[in-house]
Amino acid sequence: MEQILKVNGSKANREFINGADAIVRGAIHAECDFFAGYPITPATPILLQMVNELPKVGGVAIQAEDEIAAIGMCIGAAMAGSRVLTATSGPGISLYSENIGMAIMGEVPIVIVDCQRMGPATGGATTTSQGDIQFLRWGTSGGYPVIVLSPTNVVECYNLTRKAFDLSERFRVPVFLATDKETVSTNVTVNTADFEAVPVRERNLAAEGIDFIPYRVGQASDVPDMAVYGGAHILRFTTSSHNEKGYLTKNRDDVGRLNEHLTEKISAHIDEIAMLNTDLQSGADTLIISYGVTARSVTEAVRLARLEGKKVSALTIYSLWPIPERQIREVLDGYKRVLVVELNHGQYLREIERLAKNDQEVIGLSRVDGGLISPSEILEKVGMR
Amino acid sequence: MSAEILNSYLNETTLPYPFCPGCGHSMVLNQLDAVLVDLQIDPHKLVIVTDIGCVGLSDKFFDTNAFHGLHGRSMTYATGIKLANPELKVIVLIGDGGCTIGGNHLISAARRNIGISVLVFNNLNFGMTGGEHSVTTPTGAITATTNYGHIERPLDICGTISVNGAGYVARSTVFEKNLPELITEAIAYDGFSLLDIWELCTAYYAPKNQLNKKSLERTLASLNFSTGVLHQEIRPEYSHAYRTVVTEQEEEALEPEKTSQEQFGSNLSKEVDFIIAGEAGKKIVSGAAAFSQGALKSGLWATQRNDHPVTVQSGYSVTELKLSPEEILFTGTTRPDVIIVLFDEGLKKVSPQINELCEDDTLYINSDLLPVETRAKVISLDFTKAGKWSGKKRLWCVMALAELLRNTNYYPLEAFQAAVSEQKRFAEDNLTAIEASEGLISFS
Repeated sequence: MEQILKVNGSKANREFINGADAIVRGAIHAECDFFAGYPITPATPILLQMVNELPKVGGVAIQAEDEIAAIGMCIGAAMAGSRVLTATSGPGISLYSENIGMAIMGEVPIVIVDCQRMGPATGGATTTSQGDIQFLRWGTSGGYPVIVLSPTNVVECYNLTRKAFDLSERFRVPVFLATDKETVSTNVTVNTADFEAVPVRERNLAAEGIDFIPYRVGQASDVPDMAVYGGAHILRFTTSSHNEKGYLTKNRDDVGRLNEHLTEKISAHIDEIAMLNTDLQSGADTLIISYGVTARSVTEAVRLARLEGKKVSALTIYSLWPIPERQIREVLDGYKRVLVVELNHGQYLREIERLAKNDQEVIGLSRVDGGLISPSEILEKVGMR
Repeated sequence: MSAEILNSYLNETTLPYPFCPGCGHSMVLNQLDAVLVDLQIDPHKLVIVTDIGCVGLSDKFFDTNAFHGLHGRSMTYATGIKLANPELKVIVLIGDGGCTIGGNHLISAARRNIGISVLVFNNLNFGMTGGEHSVTTPTGAITATTNYGHIERPLDICGTISVNGAGYVARSTVFEKNLPELITEAIAYDGFSLLDIWELCTAYYAPKNQLNKKSLERTLASLNFSTGVLHQEIRPEYSHAYRTVVTEQEEEALEPEKTSQEQFGSNLSKEVDFIIAGEAGKKIVSGAAAFSQGALKSGLWATQRNDHPVTVQSGYSVTELKLSPEEILFTGTTRPDVIIVLFDEGLKKVSPQINELCEDDTLYINSDLLPVETRAKVISLDFTKAGKWSGKKRLWCVMALAELLRNTNYYPLEAFQAAVSEQKRFAEDNLTAIEASEGLISFS
């Protein structure tokens, strides 16, 4: 399993920044060159920085007339050769929804940051939440898969932004960075030596001179080579069910093949996408599972419990979707009790319940009043305090 | 790409058109093909963008790049394509239905004067979904959703975008002889151009409203909708203007990334949590940021979370700060060890937290706000002692923090001064205020 949490680097590289700063820096280092967004708390700082910073590296960043236009521009730009990013919060994801489906259908590499805030609806603009975790997976018609990564801290905002660009190019699919108000807007000391230079993946462009068929794949799980407008090939892009040439079709063979492909290209590569971190203690019968901002409290709770000689294990999940089922099952194995800690009413809990064995007790710790779950609340829940 | 002369841009394998007999769409597409042949635009550099509705089927008949997107969102995709690659010629083929749901995009694209050419296939209703009314359906018309007569007034697409920045605007019926010239002008225009082409929907609108070539012209006249070129102006095209504007700024804007070097030490042995309670416009956030930077310079870890009402220039401004010799994992609210209260708005906001303070905790408070009931140790701040700086409320936050450091030595005052010096705009005032702050505190 990939270990992506690092601490205790040299003091010389410390900076005092927030998640929005780290996402912007990660995106620019990932060679993002197009951003469109619409102001919304708490994602606005990303828009503000991108409109200032992208032109300096030859990119384009624009405030669109609404969220629908923001993601629409991103999709158009991506198909014209740009590496694109947009950032919003839950209400904006609602407005992105139909275009997210189109990005899945047309196989568009795009990175979408969701700075989660309290819902439902306008909810609490300046309060933290993890309420979009199922919404990001199921938030567009048809139910086709996307990739969702969730950073637990500011350093990981940088690292996972770079990883998100990598995966979006690899799989030609929307990749979400599921972060939250607390992580993007609270300044913290970071050690920039912990920033990981995820290599920039070149776009997989179809070779010149071949007879380019835009949606032709060998196996269902393959990702088709791309062409971009203005490049070597004439490109057809469509939001409709299409054959391999990109023409609308109702032919059941073609439609079935397309839809199997859109699912298979993700589900066949879960091991490649999976990112988890385990901190397992031998002899522990309790496992605490978390993701995002909540994982920091779990780490602290585990440290405090162990200081008092108590045994407890922890699992942090970074790649929330597709669910790394095999990897989670492996970790679950042998624990009597599993606690899932999250700032919603048990959205990932239901996934863990489904993966656990019948004799394992799976419980959730939720908080939906805008406050963070503290390490002491976690210890209380597992009776270690 | 290819130097050969193209005699047609149509893709024979996708023809014939599927449109209803008498539908205007086929006529316009043939004329568009003729115009493209005339202009000889490289099909690799040409993108035809369509969305939903009968006209949305059109892109497939052309052997050019094509983008077929969501209902009414053509302008957004076209804008993204043009912004990403200004060398492309981008043509949007949209219906009056697309203009209904995408009205905001239409106006915004016009305001930007983004280089896309829009041909509106305007048949006054939703032909694909069964003849419902659209944004251009005339008042009184019978449609599937206005069986008793349409009450709304139709949108004057051309008039709206003409007064909102579009560079080239024209209107025509599909029957007019000069339609090819108008299409040519619209496509050749370097900026946002729109040609509103009135047609007959022979499946729905025309039979329900006895519309034919003659009555179509009468309808236009009754609405006072002229035909021909309605508006033309020279304005910078957006994708080029963007690059000009940002290039002019580029030199000035570039700044090297800064890293905070540790220059000072600290004796802090465990995490200390603070709240600074002030009011809007009094530099609470920037004062706290300097305090955090000073901590970094002293080898400490810090977190800073700011809270204020949505109206940023009124009400409280409260910052939660944590300093620690170790990395701070939990950034959430905890019971603070130290509360600093500078202004009344802040006092009101943090009263509940003051009530929770214990004997080991400290309350630094502006002496004007005393007395306050608390179990904590109270240290008062008398800003009148700061001489000529006493009236400068914007400086009270750094003054209080300087006194706190003198009193506690959480980290060296010099580190705070070094951090303040880096805050360019107010560095000088802040440094002088820090000096003047010595002796403001008294213990009660």
